[in-house]
Amino acid sequence: MALREPLQRLGHSMTERILRLGFAARFFAYMLLHSGTALRRFHLTIREIYFAGVLSLIIILVSGLFVGMVLALQGYETLQRYGSSEALGILVALSLVRELGPVVAGLLFASRAGSAITAEIGLMKATEQIAAMEMMAVDPIARVVAPRFWAGVISMPLLAVLFSAMGIFGGYLVGVQLIGVDEGAFWSQMQAKVDFRNDILNGVIKSVVFGVAVTWIAVFEGYDAQPTAEGVSSATTRTVVTSSLAILALDFVLTALMFTGGNAG
Amino acid sequence: MSQPPIVDIDRVSFGYDVARPVLHDVTVRMPQGKVFAIMGQSGCGKTTLLRIIGGALRPTSGTARVLGMDVASLDTGELYALRRKMGMLFQFGALFTDLSVYDNVAFPLREHTDLPAGVIRDLVLLKLEAVGLRGAAQLKPSELSGGMARRVALARAIALDPKLIMYDEPFTALDPISLGVVTRLIRRLNDSLGATSIVVTHDVAETLPFVDHVFFMADGRVVAEGPPAEVVRAQVPFVTQFVHGSLDGAVPFHFPAPAYPADLGLDAKA
Amino acid sequence: MNRATIDIWVGAFVAAGFAGLLFLALKVGNMASFSLDKTYDVQAKFANIGGLKPRAPIKSAGVVVGRVSQIQFDNQSYEANVTFTIDAQYQFPRDTSAKILTSGLLGEQYVGLEAGGDSAMLKSGERVRLTQSAVVLENLISQFLFNKAAEDKEAKDKK
Repeated sequence: MALREPLQRLGHSMTERILRLGFAARFFAYMLLHSGTALRRFHLTIREIYFAGVLSLIIILVSGLFVGMVLALQGYETLQRYGSSEALGILVALSLVRELGPVVAGLLFASRAGSAITAEIGLMKATEQIAAMEMMAVDPIARVVAPRFWAGVISMPLLAVLFSAMGIFGGYLVGVQLIGVDEGAFWSQMQAKVDFRNDILNGVIKSVVFGVAVTWIAVFEGYDAQPTAEGVSSATTRTVVTSSLAILALDFVLTALMFTGGNAG
Repeated sequence: MSQPPIVDIDRVSFGYDVARPVLHDVTVRMPQGKVFAIMGQSGCGKTTLLRIIGGALRPTSGTARVLGMDVASLDTGELYALRRKMGMLFQFGALFTDLSVYDNVAFPLREHTDLPAGVIRDLVLLKLEAVGLRGAAQLKPSELSGGMARRVALARAIALDPKLIMYDEPFTALDPISLGVVTRLIRRLNDSLGATSIVVTHDVAETLPFVDHVFFMADGRVVAEGPPAEVVRAQVPFVTQFVHGSLDGAVPFHFPAPAYPADLGLDAKA
Repeated sequence: MNRATIDIWVGAFVAAGFAGLLFLALKVGNMASFSLDKTYDVQAKFANIGGLKPRAPIKSAGVVVGRVSQIQFDNQSYEANVTFTIDAQYQFPRDTSAKILTSGLLGEQYVGLEAGGDSAMLKSGERVRLTQSAVVLENLISQFLFNKAAEDKEAKDKK
C-alpha cells in the first residue's frame, strides 16, 4: 500500500507534537512554581525587562506611528464617501485599542524579543552553560528562564499601550493636521465611543494573554533546542512562527468572547 | 583505608535504551586526596561515568556512592546540596558569556552563600590569583583566549572549596604552555584543597606524569587500572596500543567491511 | 551596561507605559465620565424596545445621564422590562416620561427622559410610568402606505 509510509509519518509527527505539547505544559507549570527567585531577586527580572521591553521600544513606537497614519489615510478615503469623515477618530482609536495595538505589538515583540530570548537560551544550552549551572546546584529554570518569562509578561501590555497611543497620535497627525478633519470632532467623537472598560481594558487583557503565550513559546523553544547551530536556528524560527499563529488564534477567541454578542454587556 | 572512598562505583551499568548499554558492570573506587584519570577512546563511556558521579544520570543497575551518599536515591534538594561540595570543569569552560570573569567566579558564592560583598570580593580574587588571572577580573569571556577561559572556569569550579573536582576533557585544544599550566594547576589545587580530582581525558602524554591512579576504559568496561607506571608495564593489549598510539592492536584499524577485492569488483565472473 | 543604567531605563519604560495608559483612558476613552460615581436604578416597561441594547445611553435634554443596565422580557404582561442606571447626581420627578429614540436617522437607539412636573422625585427601585416604545420602521412604512391609500381613495371619491 503506497499510502502506508506517508500515513505512518503523519501519525508519528502528530504524536511527537502532542508529546511535545505535554512537555511544554509541564515545563510551564514547573517554571511558574519556581518563579520565586525571579520575583524575590527582582533585579534579574528588571534586567530582562530591559532587554525584552526597552530595546523593543523603537520598533514598537515607529510601527505604531505608521500604522496609525495609514489607518487615518485609508479610513478617510472610505468615510468621506458617506459623509462621515468626522468618525475618523473613532475608527482609528477603536481599531488600534481593540485589535491592532495588542496584535501587531505582539507580532513585533515575538519577532524581536521572542527570537532573541530563544536564541540566547538555546546558545546557553549549546555551550553547556545550562549544564554548568545545574552542576553548580543552581536551577537553570528558576535562574535563567523564569525572569525572562515574567519580563515578557510585564513588557507586552506596556508595549501594546504605547503602540496604540502612538497610533492614535499618528492618526491625529494625518487626519487633523494633514487632511483637515475637524480637531474637536476628532477627539470628542472618539471620547464618546471609546469605552475604558470595554475597549481599552479588554485590549490590555488581550496583550497580557499574548505576552504569556509568546514568552512561554520563546523560553520553551530555547530550552528545548538541539544544542547545535542548526538546532538553535530552527528553534528561533519556530518561536516566531508558532508565536505569530498563537497570537492570531488567541485574538480570534478573545475577540469573540469580548467584543461580540450585544447582550453580553 | 579507614575513611570510606570519596567515589564508590559498584557494578554500575547504564544505557540510554536497553539495546545499547553504554556502561557494563563498572566498578571504580577512589579514596580521598588523590588525582585520578579515566582514559579511553571517544565513546568508551568515560564522560557518561562522570555524569553518573555528578548525579546527572541514574545508573540502570548497581550503586554509585559519592561522598557517602547514593546519588540515585537523592531528591532534587539533596542532590543540589551534594553538588555544592563538588566542582566541575566543562570541556570548553562553559563560562556565562553575559557575565564578566569576576562575576563568573563570584556566581556560586552569590547563589549559595549570604556573604557580604567585601568577603566575596576577597574570595574571588583569591581564586583568580590561584589560577594566575587576578588581573583579568574585569574582562568578558569573549575577550579571553581558550586557555585563559579554561583557567577562569577552574577558578569558578573551586569557588566553594569542593571536596571532589571533576574535569571533562580539560586539555582539548590547548597550546603546550596552557597545557602545562592546567596540569600543574590541577595537581596544585588538589593538594592544597585536600580534595579528590577526576580527570577524564585521552591525552596520554600530559596526563600520566601527574596523576596518582589511572582507569582505562574500552567499550563501557574498565580494562585496566593502577598507578601509571604499573599499568603501562602490565601489558594489557588495549593499554599498550592506547599509550603508544599504535595503528593496530586491540582496536583494529579497519572498520568492519566486506572483503576488499569483492568491493572493487575484482572477483566478478567473466 | 551596569545595573543603575538598566534600572533607570526600565523605570522610564514602565512610567511611559502607564502614561500611555493614562492618555488612552482620559484623552481617548470616556473614563472622565462616571465609571466610579454613585448611581441608582429605576425600571420601565416598553411594548417594543426596537434595537435598544444594554449599555445604551440614557439622555435628558441631549446630555448623557445614565446607561441601560438590563433588558428582560416580562412573561406576564408580554412587555420588555428595562432597568435604567442613572447617575446619582441627577434626580427626576415621578411623572418623568421615557422614550426610545434613534440618534440620527438610522443610528443606534437610546432612551430619552423628559422631566415631568411632580415635586416628588424617583427613588431607587421605582418605576417610570409614562413610556413610549421605539419606532419600528416596518410599522411606519405600512402606516404611510395605508395613509397614502386612504388619501388616494378620498381624492377619487371626491371626483
